[in-house]
Order: sequence, then structure tokens, then C-alpha cells
Amino acid sequence: MTKHNAQTTRRGALKAGAAFAFGALALPGYLRAEAASVKVGVLQPLTGALAFDGQAGQLGADLAIKAVNAAGGIKALGGANLEAVIGDARSTPDGGSSEVERLAGEGVCAIVGGFASPICLAATQAASRYDLPYIVDVGVNDQIVSRGLKNTFRFAPGASIVSAQALDNLVKLNDAAGKPIKTVVLVHEDGLFGSGLAKLLEAELPKRGFEVIDNIAHPTPSRDMSNIALEIKAKNPDLVIPSSYYGEFVLLARTMQQQHIKPKGIFAVLNGAASNYRFVKEFPEAAQYVIDTNHWYDPRNETAIALKKEVDGMGKFFTYNVALNYSAILLLADAIERAASADRLKIIEALESSSFSKHIMPYGPTKFVNGQNTGAAPVNTQVQDGDIKVIFPDAFANAKPVFPVPA
Amino acid sequence: MFAPEIVIAAIINGLLTGAVYALVSVALTLVYGVLHIINFAQGAMLTAAMFAAFFAQQAGVDPLIAVFGLAPLFFVLGYAMQRYLIGPASHGKDSNILLVTLGLAIVIENGLLVAFGSDTRTIDVPYGFSSVDLGYVFLPMPRVIAFGVTCVVAAMLWALLNRTDTGKAIRAVAREKLGAALVGIDVNHVYAVTFGIGAACLAVAACVLLPSYYVQPRAGDAYILVAFTVVVLGGMGSVPGAMIGGLLIGIVESLSGLYFGESLGQLGIFLLFILVLLVRPTGLFGARA
Amino acid sequence: MSPAFADRLRAYAPMLAAAALLALTPLAISANTVLNAMVLALLIALAGQGWNILAGYGGQFSFGHAAFFGTGAYGTAILQARFGWNAYAAFVGAIGAGAAVGGLIGFLSFRAGLRGSYFALVTLAFAEVLRIVANAAWFTGGAAGALLKLDVRPENFQFSSRATFFWIALGLVTFAMLATRALERRRFGAYLVAIRENEDAAKALGVDTLKVKLQAIALSAAITAAAGAFYTQYFLFVDADIAYGNWISVEALLAPIVGGLGTVFGPLLGALALHGLAEGAKALTGRIPGLDVALYGSLLVLAIAFAPNGLRGLLGRLGRGLSFGRAS
Repeated sequence: MTKHNAQTTRRGALKAGAAFAFGALALPGYLRAEAASVKVGVLQPLTGALAFDGQAGQLGADLAIKAVNAAGGIKALGGANLEAVIGDARSTPDGGSSEVERLAGEGVCAIVGGFASPICLAATQAASRYDLPYIVDVGVNDQIVSRGLKNTFRFAPGASIVSAQALDNLVKLNDAAGKPIKTVVLVHEDGLFGSGLAKLLEAELPKRGFEVIDNIAHPTPSRDMSNIALEIKAKNPDLVIPSSYYGEFVLLARTMQQQHIKPKGIFAVLNGAASNYRFVKEFPEAAQYVIDTNHWYDPRNETAIALKKEVDGMGKFFTYNVALNYSAILLLADAIERAASADRLKIIEALESSSFSKHIMPYGPTKFVNGQNTGAAPVNTQVQDGDIKVIFPDAFANAKPVFPVPA
Repeated sequence: MFAPEIVIAAIINGLLTGAVYALVSVALTLVYGVLHIINFAQGAMLTAAMFAAFFAQQAGVDPLIAVFGLAPLFFVLGYAMQRYLIGPASHGKDSNILLVTLGLAIVIENGLLVAFGSDTRTIDVPYGFSSVDLGYVFLPMPRVIAFGVTCVVAAMLWALLNRTDTGKAIRAVAREKLGAALVGIDVNHVYAVTFGIGAACLAVAACVLLPSYYVQPRAGDAYILVAFTVVVLGGMGSVPGAMIGGLLIGIVESLSGLYFGESLGQLGIFLLFILVLLVRPTGLFGARA
Repeated sequence: MSPAFADRLRAYAPMLAAAALLALTPLAISANTVLNAMVLALLIALAGQGWNILAGYGGQFSFGHAAFFGTGAYGTAILQARFGWNAYAAFVGAIGAGAAVGGLIGFLSFRAGLRGSYFALVTLAFAEVLRIVANAAWFTGGAAGALLKLDVRPENFQFSSRATFFWIALGLVTFAMLATRALERRRFGAYLVAIRENEDAAKALGVDTLKVKLQAIALSAAITAAAGAFYTQYFLFVDADIAYGNWISVEALLAPIVGGLGTVFGPLLGALALHGLAEGAKALTGRIPGLDVALYGSLLVLAIAFAPNGLRGLLGRLGRGLSFGRAS
């Protein structure tokens, strides 16, 4: 009898203990359930031709979400965590739109990303049907923010801002070196990005005293750059301005090196390779002294420096896609915080009035005018001895430009 | 409009590029001539070969050496593909073969994407930046080598097709399948051998192309349409036609790129393509349609 | 009812029944993602129906139906954006343009006697030429493409509801199915099939093969152009790669072949199956880039290996199996 009682007591104690432990373990979950997570759509071309850039963009977004959650989440919503809902735009506009439909259906409060201009155009439009705030990460085409869509915000600079800045800085460089540059040859990919840019440049360069002696278009993909190199050799310009994607610029740079073509400078605008660490690592000779006007992180910002180290440690390249998406997520988190709500319209309002400055880009405080962040600007980088340095604007520079290229 | 040196340099560039086109097209024309199918998986197979060459190089084997291992490897793969996959799956119907090769192209291309990611990768070979100095233009060594290799392969193929029993069997099946079968030729085996030879040619093309180009899962796509053009121009099923057609197209592309700009220059190829199809579909050397 | 009417009813009833059944979808499913996917599938089905007429019934395999899709897509964009046409008028205009391009390509190719692989390749080349031109020309917007202004009103052929687009797409597909069925029942269809089976014999029997082929390609092009024009209305943006890219040439031929070449329901069955397969593969494989498409390709190869007459053939075999008991 005593034994039976003892056993019952022990079993009972065990049961009670288990119940208590179970409750203790479940309790935080119960507490956590109070602050539901806020879903954020991360839309990138994760497969297809643009997958490299898309995956980099996703990395930036993921790291930012992790950082926001580690710092306590959205405090105005009780410490709610951001939850990424990943969408794969498949490198096509209709892929992007389809994913927007899906993300909207899953209840995201906003979407960040897109990367390529055609994808951004289609996706922002699809998102506008649901009043879903959409922060464009890269897509530079000017049409993106000129359609009057209230839901569309672009954090990075567009093509016109970038080319205007590029030309201003070119003039500065040229003047400082005693005006060695008079003739220019433009090389661009013949898609949406390249052609738009070339048109802008062709119109603006003469106004600043440069002569455009040739404007060469090439398809993406291109099999061979020999003829373009030949033409450059024949025209013998002082400066070459290339706007191409990664593969084609690598081909061009290598071909020019093979043909011993050395203009006084290569000044790229929004080039896919000219400020890409991989290009610099793999082709140090061809890359030396190439200048690019592109998106870049703030080299003096401590968060950015730490982030770069983290990404380098992962064996990945810290491209502008990473930095831009990281910053865009922080921007969004700030907007959600200020709106104190995950309601889409309220977030749109919060973004419209945003003056967010805790990003890692070399921009001033955020200010959206018709969806374009007017505080955004590109920087000029130059490859110097296997490293990419910022040479303009002075406020963010960490090296002096070498211009013109020493003979 | 352009100085003569530039035009000549462009022509020479075209010849060098055309050599690679020729190699890629030979594979296509052989398969068409014998099996009467258009191999949609061509581009993807080329890409796969380029990846193979890439990894060989990363492991320390220069592409020009790796080719001696990769060509036989791809011959076996091609043989197997035709014998055990394409042949049986298509149940003999033309439209099915189309679909199967198309499906294979999708599988291979995306398999490469899954396995290796979408990064553009390039290699650097020790002779990558040395060139033959012709005074006005420098001919990059890798492309000169590609040209040389193409000539060697052309000679080897000619010898194979005209001087060996296998070649005879291939030509027999191409001309008259039923008759060939009746005299005891194993048609399925010949089909598979032909496909294998085509695959081997693609492997060689990949090895000589890689030093001048880059590799990513869609790298081969850029060569598909050009290969079709060459095959039609040279005559479907004609190996010398593919060789000469390749060189010719290379020159046409180069010159029209020079005169009309690279983007519109591509038009030159396709307009030529259409013209040849409309006026002389059998091409320069082909048998009747 | 008169026997002729009853006969016609029997002929067209299956199509109408299928359409009615599909039309219920938006009522049952309100998830926009599903509706969006279905609109895309219907769009491909429509493009495939055009291809099916020329290839399935006529035996002329085209690898460049993008040429017609793109003409429809750009046609409606340019007519609205540059000439200010009404959206519906532009739609009709785009179809006309598509038919014209079809007639031109057909005239050049068929007059030159191109058949089989040669015809396939020349259509491929035409599509590629159009793509390059569209990418460079000023009136198509060049590389920037053509953008339609977002102005969601029924008069503009822009609707806020996915369901409306779904029903319109379904309507177009149904119309194409009825037209294909009508073709089957008429002399034109018989001539076309005769050409497919043996063109020389048909000619010997007095069929004007050139005229019949030209009519077929014009009709085929018109239907595919309608799909292109619808694409533009749905996405409001089109560029050279979207309009004339290889992707649509491939999709337009995959759907009918998988669904059943030369049948009325083939393209629709094929499009729904392929897109369902793609969505399923995507759902299964999650985040590994490319795995779902690789899976999709493998399933395609398997499908061909085991169901060479397409889905329609499979269903037919099943049907025959079911009715085995009855006297044939």
C-alpha cells in the first residue's frame, strides 16, 4: 500500500513536473505570440539571367531583417519581428508581377526589391492595385517614378541623377587634370538600361564641352567585342564611357588589353563590372584605373564596414545590391515604426514623409519627391591596385583619383 | 568610311570567330544530316561542355589538354543520350524528338544553374594575353589556336566520314536509312555514334572557346541561332558546308557589325539566313531538302 | 429541332460546356495568385491555339510564332500610345496587323516552297529579325519598350478585377476553340489536313495548296496576335524580348504538343497542364534556383516518353477503355 502510494506520488510528481516544464517552455511562446510578425515581401530575380544580382539583393534584405529583429524588432508594435516572404521574379516582368500577386495574397505590408527596370516597372504597377508600398532597390529607368503611382518609392538614384552626377564629376576630374579629355566614345548595351543612359549622355556631354565621336551599341549577350575594340582603336578617343552588364564589359576590357588599346581613361556609368570586386580580383590588369559611377555603400559608415566584413567572411561579394537592399529594409522598418502599424496605406504615408538617415549609403537624409529619393546620389569609384576606392564626392572619398591614366 | 586596315582586321576577326561557329555548327549539321532532327539541346550541351572545361582548368588542366579527355567523355555522353534517352522517348515521331531535345535543353541548362549558380565565370590561361602581331591588329592567341584546332577537327572529320567503315555507315544511314538497315547496319547504333560525334565536337568547341569567353548557365544560348544559320547556309548535313559556312558567317557578322553597329549587325546574319532559305534552301553544299 | 441544328449543337457543345465549367473558377476561387496564374495559362493556350491551326492541322511547324505574338503586343501598344486609338479598336487593329505579318511571312516562305525544318527555321529567323528591329526602332520605343498608361477603366480595356480579365481570356480561348472546331467541319479543314498528310498528293488532287496555307497562317497569326495584344493590356508594358522573344515561340508550341496536336482541346489542356506542373514544381522545390524548372523539363521528357499523343491522346485512350463494353 505504501509502495503504491509512493509510486502514485512519484508519478504524480513527475506529471506535475512535466506539466510545469511544458508550461514554462510554452510560456515564452505564448508571450511571443502577442507580438505577431510583420511580413515583408522580398522580391528579386533569384533564377534566370539576373540571378547573381537577385541573390545578392536577397542577401542584403535578409541581413537587414536579421539586424532589425536582433535590435528588438518594431517597438511600436510590441517588438514584432520582421518576417521575410521571398519572391522569385525569375528575371522576367511577368514573373515579377505574378510574385507580387502571391506576396500580396500572403499579406505582406510592403515589397522591397526588383533589381531590373522592366521587372520593377511591371511589379510596382501590379503592387499599386493593392496599394502595396513598393521600394525599388536598383532599377534606374526614369519611367519607374514618373507614372504617378503613389505606392512606388525608389531609394537609389535614377538614370538622370546618375548621369548628371557622372558628368559633373567628369568635368571636375578633367579640369583638375588640365583638360586632357576632348573626345569621347560611348559603348552601351542595347537594352532598356544601356540605351536610355547612352541617350542621356549623348545629349549632355556636348553641353559640357566634350565631343562624342562615336556611340556604339552592342547586344546582351554579346559573343565577341573585337570589332568594337577595333572601332575604338580607329577612332582613338581620349575617353571611353562603357555602360554594359558584367559579362560584356569583361569581354571588352580584356579585348582592349589584348589589342593594347589604352585611352586616357575609362569612365564607366552604371557599369556591371567596373566596380565589382570579382572583376577586380580576376582581371587586375584590365581593371586598373577604371572609373565607375555607380551605387556604392558609405565607406566611412561603421555598420557598413562591419557588414562588408561579415559578407566577405561568407565568401560572397559585397556588391551594391547587398548594401541597397539592406538600407531599403532599414528604411521600411523605420516607416513601419513611425506608422506604428502594418497597414499598407499608413506605411505609404510614413514613407512619403520619411527623413531616414540611418542607412549605409552615401546619401543625405531621405526625402521622397514623387517617389524618388532626392537625397540619393551615386559615387565615383576607381580601381587602384586591386582595390576599389571612392574618389567622388569628397565627403565620402577614401582615395585621390589617378587621372588621366598614366601612359 | 573605314580605313582598309580596319576592314581587313574585321575580316580576320570574323574568320577567327567563324572558326568556333564552324565547330558548333558541325555538331548540328551532322545530327541533322543523319538523324534528321534539329537538336534543340545543342546550346545547353555546349554550356555543359564549357563548365566541364572550366572545372578542368580550375583543377589545373589547361583546356587545350583537357580537350583530350573531354571530347571522348562527351562522345560517350552524347551516345548514351541518343541511344537511351532521345531515341526511345520519341517513339520515332519528329514532333516528339523536338520536344524531347527541348525538354533536355531545359533540364541541362537549369541543372547547371542549380549545380553551379548563375555567376559569370572566366578563366585566365597563360597564353591568354599573348597575341600574334599583324602590325595593325593583334590576334589574340586563344582565337588563333581555336582557328587551328577547327582546321584539324575538320580534317579529322573528313577522314572519319570518308575513309572509315563507321563513316561509310553514317553516310549510308544519312542517305537511305531503310537500305542501310537492310544491309545489316545497326541504325540505332549509327544514330547514337553520330550524336556522340556531335557532342564531342561541342566539347572541343567549348575548350577552345572558354579562354576568350565566359561561362554561365546560358552561355551556349548565344550560339544556337548562329549555328542554325551556318547549317542552313552550308547545307544541312554537309560537314564541309558547316565549316565553310561558319567562316563565311563569321566574316559577314563582323563586317555588318562594323558597318551597321553590333546590334543591327546581327540583323545581317538573319537576313542572310532568310535570303538563303528563300532562294537556295539547300545551301552551298547541301543535299536536296 | 432540325437535324442540322442538332448536329451543330453536338459539335460545339463540348467546347461550350468546357468554357462554362472554367467560367465558374473565379466564383469558386478568389485568390488573385491563382487567377493570375490561370490568366497566364489561358493566354498561352490562346497563343498555342493559333500555332495548333498551322502546325497541328496544317502540318507546318513554326518555331517563330513570337513574330505574331509580338506584332499583336506592340500593335495594340503603339495604336493606343502613339495614335490615341481606343483600346478595343487597337485590339482589333493589332489582330489585323498580326494576320498581315502572318500573310507576309507565309507568302515569302510558301512561295519559295519551304517545308518541314526549313519552314521552322525561317520562321525562327523572322521572329529574331523582328526582335532586333523592335529593340532598335524608335516607334516601338526601342529598348525602353512601350508603356501603356495605367488608367483602370472598362473603356480602356483595363479592369481592377482579375476575374474580368480571366473571363475575357476565357472568351477568347473559347472563340478560338469554336473556330478550330468549325475548321474541322469545313472543307477548308479537310484541305488543310490533306496538305498535312501529303502536300503533293493534295496538289495533284486540285487543292490550291498555296492559298490554303496562306489562309491558315493568317488565321494562325491572328489568333496568336490576339494573345499578344491581351498580354499588353494585362501587363501594360512590353519590350522586344517580351514581345518577340524565344520564350513565347516555345510556349506556343509546347502547349498544343503536350495537350494533343491537331485537336480542339489540345492547346488548352496542354497549357493548363504545363502551367499547373510548373506551379507544382515551384511549390515542391522551394528556394533552390532552377530546380523547379529542371524538374519541369524532366517531367516534360517523361511525358513525351510515356504519352506521345499528348494528354488528349491519353484521355482518348482512357475514354476508349471505359467504353470497351459498348459495341463500337
